[in-house]
Amino acid sequence: MDSLVLDIAHLLAGGLVLASFMMLYQDRLNALLNVFALHAAILALAVAWQAYIQNAPHLYLTAGIALVFKALVIPLALYRIVRQLGIHREVETVVGIGPTMLAGMALVALSLVLMLRVTPGADYIAREDLAFALSVILLGLLMMVTRRNAVSQVVGFMSLENGLVLAATGARGMPLVVEISVAFSILIAFIVIGVFLFRIRERFDTVDVGALDRFRGDRG
Amino acid sequence: MNAALGLLVQALHLALILAIAPLLTGFVRKVRARLLRRKGAPVLQPYRDLARLLRKEVVLAENASWLFRVTPYLIFSATWAAAALVPTFAAGLPFSWLADLIAIVALLGSARFFLALAGMDVGTSFGGIGASREVMIAALAEPAMLVIVFTLALIAGATQLSTVAAFMSSSEVGLRVSLGMALIALVIVAIAENGRIPVDNPDTHLELTMVHEAMVLEYSGRHLAMIEYASALKLLLYMSLIGCVFVPWGLAAPGAGLEAYAIGLAAYLGKLAVGGVLLAVFETAIAKMRVFRVPDFLGAALMLALLGTLLLFVTRTR
Amino acid sequence: MISPLHLLVANAAALLALAAIAIGLGRSRLGATLTYGGTLAVSILTAMIAAWALLGPASVPALLRLPLGLPWLGVNFRLDTLAAFFLLVIGIGCSASSLHALGYGRHETSPERVLPFFPAFLAGMTLVVLADDAFTFLIAWEFMSLASWALVLAHHHDEESQRAGFIYLVMASAGTLCLLLAFGLLAGPGGAYGFDAIRAADHGALATGLVLVLVLIGAGSKAGIVPLHVWLPLAHPAAPSHVSALMSGVMTKVAIYGFVRVVFDLLGGLEWWVSVIVLVLGAATALLGILHALMESDLKRVLAYSTIENVGIIFVSLGLALAFRANGMSEAAALAFTAALFHVLNHSVFKSLLFFGAGAILAATGERNMERLGGLIHRMPVVSAAFLVGCVSVAALPPFNGFASEWLVFQAILLSPDLAQWNLKLLVPAVGGVLALAAALSAACFVRAFGISFLGRPRSPAAERAVDANRHSLSTMIGLAALCLLAGLLPGLVIDGIAPVSQALIGDSMPAQSRIAWLSIAPIAQSRSSYNGLLLFLFIAVSASLAAYVIHRVASREARRGPAWGCGFPVVPAAQYSADSFAQPIRRVFGSVLLRARERVNMPAPGELRPAFFRVELHDFVWEKLYAPIERAISFGADNLNRLQFLTIRQYLSLVFVLLVVLLLALAL
Repeated sequence: MDSLVLDIAHLLAGGLVLASFMMLYQDRLNALLNVFALHAAILALAVAWQAYIQNAPHLYLTAGIALVFKALVIPLALYRIVRQLGIHREVETVVGIGPTMLAGMALVALSLVLMLRVTPGADYIAREDLAFALSVILLGLLMMVTRRNAVSQVVGFMSLENGLVLAATGARGMPLVVEISVAFSILIAFIVIGVFLFRIRERFDTVDVGALDRFRGDRG
Repeated sequence: MNAALGLLVQALHLALILAIAPLLTGFVRKVRARLLRRKGAPVLQPYRDLARLLRKEVVLAENASWLFRVTPYLIFSATWAAAALVPTFAAGLPFSWLADLIAIVALLGSARFFLALAGMDVGTSFGGIGASREVMIAALAEPAMLVIVFTLALIAGATQLSTVAAFMSSSEVGLRVSLGMALIALVIVAIAENGRIPVDNPDTHLELTMVHEAMVLEYSGRHLAMIEYASALKLLLYMSLIGCVFVPWGLAAPGAGLEAYAIGLAAYLGKLAVGGVLLAVFETAIAKMRVFRVPDFLGAALMLALLGTLLLFVTRTR
Repeated sequence: MISPLHLLVANAAALLALAAIAIGLGRSRLGATLTYGGTLAVSILTAMIAAWALLGPASVPALLRLPLGLPWLGVNFRLDTLAAFFLLVIGIGCSASSLHALGYGRHETSPERVLPFFPAFLAGMTLVVLADDAFTFLIAWEFMSLASWALVLAHHHDEESQRAGFIYLVMASAGTLCLLLAFGLLAGPGGAYGFDAIRAADHGALATGLVLVLVLIGAGSKAGIVPLHVWLPLAHPAAPSHVSALMSGVMTKVAIYGFVRVVFDLLGGLEWWVSVIVLVLGAATALLGILHALMESDLKRVLAYSTIENVGIIFVSLGLALAFRANGMSEAAALAFTAALFHVLNHSVFKSLLFFGAGAILAATGERNMERLGGLIHRMPVVSAAFLVGCVSVAALPPFNGFASEWLVFQAILLSPDLAQWNLKLLVPAVGGVLALAAALSAACFVRAFGISFLGRPRSPAAERAVDANRHSLSTMIGLAALCLLAGLLPGLVIDGIAPVSQALIGDSMPAQSRIAWLSIAPIAQSRSSYNGLLLFLFIAVSASLAAYVIHRVASREARRGPAWGCGFPVVPAAQYSADSFAQPIRRVFGSVLLRARERVNMPAPGELRPAFFRVELHDFVWEKLYAPIERAISFGADNLNRLQFLTIRQYLSLVFVLLVVLLLALAL
């Protein structure tokens, strides 16, 4: 029984890494948002399962927040934005998918080696969670770096935050206040970015952040 | 006595896969047709096709060489040998010790090598286009497959399929995310290797998209029959492989009694039916992708398999 | 009592004598027959003695000291199992090459530029393997390098050969210099140049690291390790084909011998990080080598690049052996080491075979460019069959020998989770993935090589007129093809043959394979993994012929010839897939990043009458980023130093004077 419990925790945390990789693979915005919703849903499940294992009811709240906001509200809002901006058919071709995924693989290997080096004595499940969480964070960063479209950068940022939540739940005893404030700061960040998207769009007729470069003053 | 029984079961196994391979192809076609709300050809149609092709004369292109004529038989028997090495209803048969999973993959590689050569033998651009695309796909599918093998071998401690299957059906396995990744990767590789949608369309002759059909365009009569038979065997092989590694339940242990074999057989046929339906549903739900999108698709399989291998190291050692 | 070692040294001496005789015979008709006949006899003898020393009851290691050279050192020879194994490889390769040359040598335009150097080259390789002190080793090594350099320049009128010869000379000299420094470090300040003294000495960590880097450069450049491979695809094809076969098939193995001798034997216990370097270099070599091979349309250069790939595979498995040995996993180390040596043998056999095939094509058509070949399977049936066997072997496909050794490498890779270091645990599966990629690409490469050269329709009049090779070449190729098949069907025997070598160097060997039922091979346990090439081959052969028989008997046997289907366009040879177009999908997938491949299409507007152009640009970033800057720096320095030639006598005198003062100052301070 016990081993099954741990196995499921492992499966969910690993599923989060897998979902991060699936996001790297997507090149269409709608598909990306679908995967992002899946990412958040897996996170909610993983957190809920941690709540069950650690017998920590406040984590259920965290899971609920993740499910409601990140798996439903934010993706739906992003769908709306994408539709309103009329970029739902946009295909991203900044760096090829193959090299990006290769880089992602290297990042996962890096985070595994790092975590295994740093935490030799730690509890197995916490150690594994930390390794997975670090991978998710790095993959989110990679996503932000390799994408040109502002919407996918937002998604990368959100998935990075999911990794933070996973790390926080793995490390037992994170206060609820912190979690709630993190969740709300993310929400606010999302709103700000959403407003910005429309402003960028109004000004430059595109949400390709590459277009912004041309308007930088310091380029001689 | 025991050895004789083993050989008997082995012979049965060899005959069985030969017998049901076209059935599986026909079944998948039928389910697909029903899903598209067509009536579809009868399930037994592939047998009739094979019989018809075997009776017809062969039309060889003017400059076809001996290689072109030998290849169909080589491909057929190499694929048959590979398929016979995968446990279907019983594990640990005498023949299964001849090769492990790596050698099975390599045997399929031999078959593909000769098929690609045969495609280039006549010297038309069709054969060349098919062969060059086929080797491109193989160049990505084979590493992915080998990394999948690594993942399995790291979990089960063996590349011998009977041992792997026995380990997978024991309680030691547990739920592992690496196994899930290996399964997804294996499905992608299987789709690519069998030339199914979205990688290749086995029913089309449109030169922009086709791979396998372009290579075998010059084949006719009994030669074509052998190649079609080999394709059917290959589909069966991958289904059996997924079945014996990921759903190994019902597999008869070495030296089991008759009823165990019967249960194994029933379970195997059930697995094939489920697998066939799933394949058909997948194929109807998805669209064919451009040829140069295939590397991303297969690259994803390679990455998944590698990820599965890497993640194995953070799981607890049992 | 005459020992095998005496005989082998006598063989080398006989080869040197042959070289001297060949100078005298020069252009005479008898020269080629006599020289190649002599080398053939000596090489067969070498192979037999080496096999006897390896497998027989002979007492190895044996020592021999000749009172030549440096008075306090002499010239020392030693025959141990490692040397015997590599001598066997050399013997097989050289006898095949000599036999092939008996027929092929007639096509030689300037035999006096080939004949004296050929036996000298053979003698050099034999002596490198037999050497037991640093001086003998280096002299033999340099002798081998220079003799092969002279052979590369056999057709010195080609501009391409001249460039190849120049680059080869520079790289070989740099390599020897590195080896010289490495042995200097190994010998230490006491100047103990004998191998037994080096073996016994305790080398510091810094010296060990330096020696390792120097040996990797010195032996690695000769073997073709990336990024030191640049000379290889130029020099190997430039030589006459039987020499190309020797350089690719055998000389790279002698270089690997040098690496194994120093790293496994002389240096002794090494840290695990050494294996990381070797593994990464090996994997990069394998991948880049085969990608370049796929982009190349000169048949001999395809083969040379494929040699680089195979050297990469061998280095990967040597790296695995180092990693396992550093962790005390002697069984796994023995497995990886055996795999490496098995691949050494296999590669020398099938690469020689392939080069002989390329030579036969060159002799029959005068073409090395695949784009001008095609349809040779009809005109050169025996050569094409043997070449096909070589292609299947090099593509690592069962049941031939290339697969057996690569299978062992993969089995060794699967043991990596037991390693203690996390970096290695994560690195080795990735290296395995790269190796699998290289194997699949090599299958693609040889589908292309065989398909474009031998299949389809002739693309040039020369290809249309080709005829099969002479009987010497044919019998050599058939013999080597049979060896490929045999080693693939009975890998257990080869593994058992390598067992004494790995016992001597690793301290352990793989379990004896010949006693396993039905001649299967099982590296660890049969329930873990096993492979039986013989029965698989029999099953495929029997079932294929049975199927063909039954179908012809029961179903249909008629066949009719008709025109090929060309979509309504006339089927002309020029419309076939070319080597370039065949490589296009792979070039797009892999080449766009690794080789920065760019395609440029220059399409005329509708109605315009000029032809359309399609151009592919490839960049070898190793050359552009590493060698080109060095080249520029050297020529910059040379240009500036040039001024020194035009000084007045007073200025020269003042230079000497300043130098003298500086030296005195250095002494004084």
